[in-house]
Amino acid sequence: MKLLLDRIDEPGLNTLPVYERRGGYQSLRKALETTPEEVLSNIMDAGVRGRGGAGFPMGRKISFLPHGDMDKYLVCNADESEPGTFKDREIMQKNPHLLIEGIVIASYAAGISRTFIYIRGEYAMQADILEAAIAEAVEAGYIGERILGSDHSMSLVLHRGAGAYICGEETGLLDSLEGKRGNPRLKPPFPAIEGLYHGPTLINNVETLATVPAIIRMGGKEYAELGTETSTGTKVVSVSGDVQRPGNYEIELGIPSRELIYDLAGGPLPGREIKFWFPGGSSSPVLTKDDLDIPYDFDSMAKAGSMLGSGAVIVVDDSHTVLEVALKVAKFYAHESCGKCVPCREGTNWTVKMLQRIESGEATPMDLDIMASVQEQIIGNCLCVLGDAMAMPIGSMVAKFRDELEAEIAAARERAEGAELDDVIPIGVADEHAGPFPVH
Amino acid sequence: MSATGRRPVPRFGHGSRVPGWDDAVDLTKAPATVPDPALTPVLPGLKETIEAAMAKYPDRRSAAIPALHAAQEVYGWCSPEAIDQVASVMQLTPAYLTSVATFYDMFSTVPKPRNDVYVCTNISCSLLGADEFFEAMLAAAEGDPDVDVRSFECLGACDIAPMASVNGEYVGPLDLDDAERIVEDLRLGRPVLEHKQLRYRRSADPEVAEEETDFGPPDRDETPMTDTAGLGPEGDTEDRPGPTAAIEMTTDQPADHPEPEAPTDQDRHPAGTTREEADDEGPGQEDDTE
Repeated sequence: MKLLLDRIDEPGLNTLPVYERRGGYQSLRKALETTPEEVLSNIMDAGVRGRGGAGFPMGRKISFLPHGDMDKYLVCNADESEPGTFKDREIMQKNPHLLIEGIVIASYAAGISRTFIYIRGEYAMQADILEAAIAEAVEAGYIGERILGSDHSMSLVLHRGAGAYICGEETGLLDSLEGKRGNPRLKPPFPAIEGLYHGPTLINNVETLATVPAIIRMGGKEYAELGTETSTGTKVVSVSGDVQRPGNYEIELGIPSRELIYDLAGGPLPGREIKFWFPGGSSSPVLTKDDLDIPYDFDSMAKAGSMLGSGAVIVVDDSHTVLEVALKVAKFYAHESCGKCVPCREGTNWTVKMLQRIESGEATPMDLDIMASVQEQIIGNCLCVLGDAMAMPIGSMVAKFRDELEAEIAAARERAEGAELDDVIPIGVADEHAGPFPVH
Repeated sequence: MSATGRRPVPRFGHGSRVPGWDDAVDLTKAPATVPDPALTPVLPGLKETIEAAMAKYPDRRSAAIPALHAAQEVYGWCSPEAIDQVASVMQLTPAYLTSVATFYDMFSTVPKPRNDVYVCTNISCSLLGADEFFEAMLAAAEGDPDVDVRSFECLGACDIAPMASVNGEYVGPLDLDDAERIVEDLRLGRPVLEHKQLRYRRSADPEVAEEETDFGPPDRDETPMTDTAGLGPEGDTEDRPGPTAAIEMTTDQPADHPEPEAPTDQDRHPAGTTREEADDEGPGQEDDTE
């Protein structure tokens, strides 16, 4: 069942005539013939959960918006910057009108008249394509005053970012859209109550909004029959890393992960074996090759101690060390931490330093305990989840690959400091002064 | 803990272990105020662009990023002069705009070369050799005053890993030889690595592909670019898809579920080193390029 990637390679699909020929904007017409409440109840029935990472049901998010005549805003989060994720890129590049139609319908359901798309600055081509598509939609009367003769009016502005991972976090995105540095805000108040320009704001991911036309076309209840009971519908999954056919695959939620990684993406390279994989972008705790039969849906992933996140599977095969991947992850988050909250700013940097100590042969197995405790103390202690996004995968790597990391520590020490071994604390012996900060 | 045998703690010039400020700051100077529009000449065109951007938002400050994009496009970087002009049009302090410009990776507050090459070195790309490509790219661009090579956060194109964004154009999967070609294409003002551009790539999902749709680069009839990215300058006889060759993706995705051709090790590890070689280095050695 392809709802989002349906014949997406058709030439000219990014233009209005082709999109309309394929039945585009019929869902919008259908929605505008009913009341906003009916549209919302369809979205509620569909049970579609946010595709950006948190997996919060879209219908409930809309229902949190206060009613009344104040300025409300809808922001489409197209800052897709979670490492490993590239699904929104393909949708925006090849089928931009699907997203625009979804935004218009969602704005109707939520009674919103000002909408924005915040697209990451690196997506230059996609921004140009969207800009052209928006112009076409305005010209054709799908965006503007009294759309298609109804009472609904709305505007849509495309806003280009300028390169910052943290702007994919919803409150950081709002600050960035207001023209500030993209620092996350304290929650509550949640954006649904006080968001962009202090107005109630609905923020949804590209894929979530692009699903809306299909929900209206099929009807919410029928859409809900796809997937599992709590993870309804289809999901575009980005598979990358050590697989034979990396790319975006649209699946019904709940299929075994093995089917996704082996049947669709071709499995690991010949002669290689999967060592571990990130099920939902680089912020998700890693799973090993024993977890390949877990169904790929929100709840099964959560039960397995990880998360579906943005639906980005990164496969790592046995030719890579855990340390190498952990260092890559930690360095990325240390660079991207905005610096506002101490646990994240310091925790990410110290984690990088501790991993580098392992690499240079200065670490002891006790560093792994310290590292694990640093990760624990980051989680839940910051304004946003950037720190958690590093702490969760690193914590899971330390827990699941402790043996390998300990062997790494021993090997690196022998390699690096053969002459000075006497000065290093023997493995397993704790030192009374040892703490997270080495005493020099 | 015994102090013997420990390496000395590195300290910076001012005696501290903390690096300190990036730039020298004159604390005696009065803070800059909002520039007077009457005294700040703004480049023609730039003013109109910024004003049009401000008109799109309920709050004019929202146009800060679009305005800085526009100014950087004109000046090549966010120079103090450019920031002053933006500040005068937007009626904000230069300090505010500097604070915004320094937050985002795509703005530069120091002069930079004209062409941006962002090499993605995040997880998916580095698993497939992005770090080696980054080194090759640095080497290829060395001495070229017009090319700025940076390693960048995940650019959202892990399907073509390892990849790079050249002036906003995504290209991949790259092998080490492509570094030289990117520099050469930039020097000659040609489209960069056209047969590897993301815009011509089909969807990977086997049930999605349209049969026999034309999804390749545009016709090369009027622009013969025989040497673009296809074959190396001299005596390169290796069989690579040239710019006029059809993009060879159809083998991967016929309409029904295909049995894919197993890629050779060379295909999968374009960065030149095979996995076996990497393994021989022993654990922990892979990262020593950093």
